[in-house]
Amino acid sequence: MSADILTQRAKRRRWLKIAPAFRTPLAITGITIAALWVLIAIFAPILAPFDPLAQDFDRLMPPGGEHLFGTDAVGRDVLSRVISGARISMPLALALVVASMVVGGTLGAIAGYFGRAVDEIIMRIADLVFAFPTIILAMVITAALGPSLTNAVIAMLIVSWPAYARVTRSLVISARRQEYVVAGRLLGNSPFTTLRRDILPNVLSPVFVLAMLDVGTAILLLAGLSFLGLGATPPLPDWGAMVSDGVQQFSAWWIAAFPGLAIFTVVMAFNFIGDSLRDSLDPRAQDAVQGRAM
Amino acid sequence: MRYVAIRLGLSVLLMFGVTVVTFILTNLVPADPVQAALGEQAAADPSIVAKFRADNGLDQPLVAQYFTYLNNVLHGNFGVSTQTRMPVADELASAVPATIELALAAIVFSTLIGIGLGLWAALKQRTIIDQVIRVVSLIGLSWPTFWLALVVYYVFFFVLGVFPGSGRLDPVSIAPPQVTGLYTVDSLIAGQWGTFWDAVYHLVLPASVLALYTIGLLTRFARSAVLEVLDLDYVKAATAKGLPRRTVVFGYVLRGALVPIITVLGLAFGALLSGTVLVEKVYSWHGLGEYSFAAATKLDLPAIMGVGLIVGFVYIGLNFLVDVLYGVIDPRVRVA
Repeated sequence: MSADILTQRAKRRRWLKIAPAFRTPLAITGITIAALWVLIAIFAPILAPFDPLAQDFDRLMPPGGEHLFGTDAVGRDVLSRVISGARISMPLALALVVASMVVGGTLGAIAGYFGRAVDEIIMRIADLVFAFPTIILAMVITAALGPSLTNAVIAMLIVSWPAYARVTRSLVISARRQEYVVAGRLLGNSPFTTLRRDILPNVLSPVFVLAMLDVGTAILLLAGLSFLGLGATPPLPDWGAMVSDGVQQFSAWWIAAFPGLAIFTVVMAFNFIGDSLRDSLDPRAQDAVQGRAM
Repeated sequence: MRYVAIRLGLSVLLMFGVTVVTFILTNLVPADPVQAALGEQAAADPSIVAKFRADNGLDQPLVAQYFTYLNNVLHGNFGVSTQTRMPVADELASAVPATIELALAAIVFSTLIGIGLGLWAALKQRTIIDQVIRVVSLIGLSWPTFWLALVVYYVFFFVLGVFPGSGRLDPVSIAPPQVTGLYTVDSLIAGQWGTFWDAVYHLVLPASVLALYTIGLLTRFARSAVLEVLDLDYVKAATAKGLPRRTVVFGYVLRGALVPIITVLGLAFGALLSGTVLVEKVYSWHGLGEYSFAAATKLDLPAIMGVGLIVGFVYIGLNFLVDVLYGVIDPRVRVA
């Protein structure tokens, strides 16, 4: 009973610590833009004036009039495609970040808690992934699996879990030496219980901040893979693929300009939020979090 | 010395690890390299497939294949591209310097600006200058590189025409005699000033686009590194004993902040190598990025392995350099 009250109080304190970070203009701007994009994604079918896949005879129409953002080389409405694109990039990027947080976090916790051979094996694999620049490894894996959005996300998961594993491992190692953790183990708690009840609360917020900082990076990487033709396949209205469509059409600048702006504003919003959140942590944790934000 | 030796040993081990990874990766992939190389028609004929597999050693057991591969790599033989039928080592030899030139130009540019901005923001902490630099650097991290490359290309080449849009030199220029493979350096060695300026001209757009992301990154890191040092006792002591502010900032603060900043430089170089894939495609820069993209999309296994190896080696080499530099800058590292 009293333990419940204690944990509740601790929880409230943790949120109080994070809350001021959201009252800065930077965070408010970020949250507003991100919320707008989430709304756009949810209500895309209602908001889009045209079917994003419907082709029309009005090809390469400049912005204005009926087509606010113009039309592309096969007469599809750019505005509708940008709006529908929000339903691809954001959910996938968020899913990817959650997946790498779970995979990397679990592996990192196992490595940090059990140490020895398990630690060595997991962390050396992580080192190897780190030995390659992300997009080159992701590109090779996606190309090998075959170009598709799913495979692009799988490839990105393979390259992005080690960052979480490293951070979690170092946090777990310092947490498991704490007296109350040792006490719990002496009372006979299983490793699983110790990790979940005593260690997890220490690890959660830095890893969460890392994840928030990572959303923007994930959107950029996914868009980059699509731009290279390795992610979304036509005719999907993916932002990266749309920019790629515009490469050949320099006189029709609007085809690439608007989806690019969409990527930019979403990524910027998440970067603003992530950066504000990081401020709420102490400077020591900042270093751990900054480990690999690219 | 012992510190350097240990680091070197670890780096060499990691490089062997990279050869294993590139090898396994290309063997684990579900896509069939035989079909990708031969095309569907030829792949339907079992005798052609068998001959191809035998020619490329694909009928050997995996471990044997790995040791043949390792032996070849150690002798500078990276195999023959299944697409162009050229030795991968030769193709890489012409692609790597192009990318190094681009990445070096970008990293020099972004280091100067990034560290400068970071230092300035830290010294003016919690003022409007700090806030502006923070927002600007976050925005710098938010552009999709490939899109920015296009916009810059469109504005400065297509509309204004002030900078050349593609390639490393004008079509009429002849590449300088090869020494380092970097056109700017080679043309200087040969004393060809015209070619030098031409090469610099071609570097401006792609290098600036590449630099923008790393400028954002370095600014953020430099700021937090400097802030941490500013708070230390020895800096306060230096100020307290009346040293000029310039001496304190550059002699004490910046030197103390260099270690974390240098770590990021290693990471930033990796980000640059990633960025080159996207930028080189837009600017028809015949470097590693363009080459790796072509190799990956055509499943050209020897070429992919070659790129993976080179990039992995460069990356590990850089991190080794960073570790050694630590020791030079921070004597404490040598003891620990």
